[in-house]
Amino acid sequence: MPRREGGTFNAASMADIAFLLLIFFLVATTMDIDTGLSRKLPPMPDRNAQQDNKQIKERNVFVVLINAQDQLMVEGNPLDIRRLRDEAKEFIANPNNLSKLPEKELREVPYFGEYMVPKGIISLQNDRGTSYGMYIKVQNELAAAYNELRDELAMSKFGKRYENLISEQQDAVKDIYPQIISEAEPKNIGGN
Amino acid sequence: MAKFQRKGKGATPEISTASLPDIIFMLLFFFMVSTVMRETTTKVSQHLPGATEVKKLERKSLVSYIYIGQPKRTFQGMYGTEPRIQLNDAFARVNDIRDYITSEREKRDENERPLMTTSLKVDENTRMGTVTDVKQELRKANALKINYSTRKVETID
Repeated sequence: MPRREGGTFNAASMADIAFLLLIFFLVATTMDIDTGLSRKLPPMPDRNAQQDNKQIKERNVFVVLINAQDQLMVEGNPLDIRRLRDEAKEFIANPNNLSKLPEKELREVPYFGEYMVPKGIISLQNDRGTSYGMYIKVQNELAAAYNELRDELAMSKFGKRYENLISEQQDAVKDIYPQIISEAEPKNIGGN
Repeated sequence: MAKFQRKGKGATPEISTASLPDIIFMLLFFFMVSTVMRETTTKVSQHLPGATEVKKLERKSLVSYIYIGQPKRTFQGMYGTEPRIQLNDAFARVNDIRDYITSEREKRDENERPLMTTSLKVDENTRMGTVTDVKQELRKANALKINYSTRKVETID
């Protein structure tokens, strides 16, 4: 029996097979990276628990209302969304220690020592008729206000942007500007 | 002396296709590594709002999705044009969310359950009423970590 020669086999169909696999993966998979705004919902209030009597002073709350026509009302005045970021920053940081804006509390913060930490919180309320797009815009502006303040603080203290700090430094900055956006229990105020 | 030889008529040399499979395999591996399997087909329209302050969603295996939006054209005859909720592959009602979250939780490892996130993929034109109802259900189900899915944009007009 003659030995077969070590000839080459025809590899032309190899490309077709690979193409077939490639097309299968192109169709059956997705590449989109999910991005978004992460939030934490408050736990459901316990029915038996006592009403929380702790009142928060009015000057410490930044009230943002969105109505069914997607209009904003901030601290009792109508406001354009483009000015929301600056207003929120002004409120959270209270750079000039105005008496209308939130109080500050002397606290020990790592890296910063004794620091006057502002106590402001943001309260966001929307109507059932508000569009989701507008709601996200407002959430985004408020998040941006916090991020800019954190960046500014990190810049002045460490000379780096917030995201480039090590995690202990980030925690310290977060201690000074914690992102507190409270959402009221849903209400139906503005009809449809 | 050099001779001038006339090139042979017609017979153009063939390009070797031996490396073609290798190239295709390379592409194939790239796609296999960089993509994930599509798990659901969306039955609702999904035009997500844009935002600038977005974060990447880590650990996709711990994320469960809730889609809200207007049913796509083919489903409109049956389900109307009002925004609907979609869980997995089917349309659902608000009351179904709690069961969905429970079943999603059962699928995960015990020690990973606290890290689970619910991603809300909501169409821009939905009214907040629907979203609020969903959020209330999530609070009742004690699934408190949520993520509003958005596109990343550089500036908001």
